[in-house]
Amino acid sequence: MPPQKSDPLQEGDAASASANISAEALSSQKALSIDEMMVMAKTLRRHIITMTAKAGSGHPGGSLSSVEIITALYFNVMRHNPRNPNWPDRDRFVLSKGHAAPLLYAALAEAGYLPIEELETLREYGSRLQGHTDRTKTPGVEMSAGALGQGLSFAIGISLAARLDSKDYRVYVLLGDGECDEGQVWEAAMACAHFKLDNLTAIVDRNRQQIDGWTKDVMNTEPLEEKWHSFGWQTIKVDGHNLSQILNALDEAKQIKGKPTIIIAYTTKGKGVSFMENNPDFHGNAPTAREAEKALEELC
Amino acid sequence: MEASTREAYGKTLVELGGENENIVVLDADLSRSTMTRLFATKFPHRFFDCGIAEQNMMGIAAGLAASGKTAFASTFAIFASGRCFDQVRMSIAQPLLNVKIVATHGGVTVGEDGFSHHSIEDIALMCSLPGFTIIVPADAIETAQAVRAAAENYGPFYIRLCRPRSPLVYGDDYRFEIGKAATLKSGDDATIIATGLMVSLALEAARRLKGEGIDCRVLSMPTIKPIDEDAIIKAAKETGAIVTCEEHLEHGGLGSTVARVVAKHRPVPMSFLALKDKYTSSGKPNELLASHGLTVDGIEEAMRHLLDRKRA
Repeated sequence: MPPQKSDPLQEGDAASASANISAEALSSQKALSIDEMMVMAKTLRRHIITMTAKAGSGHPGGSLSSVEIITALYFNVMRHNPRNPNWPDRDRFVLSKGHAAPLLYAALAEAGYLPIEELETLREYGSRLQGHTDRTKTPGVEMSAGALGQGLSFAIGISLAARLDSKDYRVYVLLGDGECDEGQVWEAAMACAHFKLDNLTAIVDRNRQQIDGWTKDVMNTEPLEEKWHSFGWQTIKVDGHNLSQILNALDEAKQIKGKPTIIIAYTTKGKGVSFMENNPDFHGNAPTAREAEKALEELC
Repeated sequence: MEASTREAYGKTLVELGGENENIVVLDADLSRSTMTRLFATKFPHRFFDCGIAEQNMMGIAAGLAASGKTAFASTFAIFASGRCFDQVRMSIAQPLLNVKIVATHGGVTVGEDGFSHHSIEDIALMCSLPGFTIIVPADAIETAQAVRAAAENYGPFYIRLCRPRSPLVYGDDYRFEIGKAATLKSGDDATIIATGLMVSLALEAARRLKGEGIDCRVLSMPTIKPIDEDAIIKAAKETGAIVTCEEHLEHGGLGSTVARVVAKHRPVPMSFLALKDKYTSSGKPNELLASHGLTVDGIEEAMRHLLDRKRA
């Protein structure tokens, strides 16, 4: 009983299955060393500045704070193949904080999913790089996001599908700490533990800021780690700009069985650019041309 | 003869589950009422009770669909539509994922539970989402076929069922087709277009009107989106007057949809039988329908007034 039409994003699946290529061959990504990842992190930061400055809008602050997390996932940890974005055995990355789209696009471009030049088209009419992620437009983007609080639920579905299909891919979800204000996050948190999803790892970018200011003042989420713990999760705290700590935590998460793991990554919003760090003005505002120039000097 | 649309849904799910391993079912703590429990008993590893968390359920369904599953997600219509509208919009509708929302307890015939459980806006809400197919079956026979059609056709569906057992209006030879109206009675004086539980009332009203010498066509309109424009235009041309009848607010339901087609292609006098623009209250299903004029008498009266306008 095959469906008459199918999800366009699934179309690559049959081809890859019939080609009978080994998982190793399909996963063309070479794991970068820590030193190489530090260089990559800087490259991604430069892209974020250039892209948002060119677009004249966007969310540089929360993109810059997640750079090391995304770098570790896409350039070391995840099994994926830019030449076959819909490879059924790929590890999945769900960007729940969809406003960090510039960072995800930069990583996808550097990994080979998109031409680097295309990054300049961010937010333009007709571009594949929408203001917030759109699953139907960008190769490698798993989920349409931007309305906060929804990524963890979506990831549960992917994680349960792995169980049903006896597949060993892992599911990674990146949440914002401000995003944890959303009730749906906690519905999903409860369900992840209930379903014992040990193939799912969540990472919360604890940059401690949201649009209206510090999270402790806008809506206090503390004690955040205890909340997740009490919801049945294994919790690991890391410095979210320390690649070794992130890699160790992601590795540790793989070993934990019978429950989901969340990595609480303490970060600095706007990280890497002195005048953007901890500055809520750069949550949802792009740098001016002059500010971008200054930022790029700092990111040499 | 009466039968339960919910039971027809549950039984069809079990059939589909046996035929296709990719079918998964989700519920939000209402599986005994929505009848997904029948599937859960047969295929426990493919059934996910999400607890009383509809927003999360829709996201999980979307993630399963994005991984190649055909996901049926069920709860009451009031919760399936309004409670998680943004989740359905973001995670299911825009990415056009293969999720079938089968919502039971639609309309006011939920009865005594009162306005909190009366889904009077759901068709308007769901029709507003690009990409969704919206189906309101008239009886158990149509329900079984519509659920099967949803499973066999890619994309997001919203199927609205009701709580009470309902009269069978179709014979065993009926073949449901997505986007097609069914002519249940021919006639050239005027047309009654009805959906869901209202179809059986429309048939009875047409039978009585025939006794008065008024020969009405009766169209059952199970698919609200995409609507059968051809059948509507044909009815407008051939009968010159249309009454619509639905268990939903006038705004954004069957009547509005039919009127849009009529206005674009063949303007004729129309009359709209629907729920009044106000919140409802507790009561027996028939009392509630009657308080909104949704009765056989109500349809007859509307038709007589409409024919006066047609002749004027």
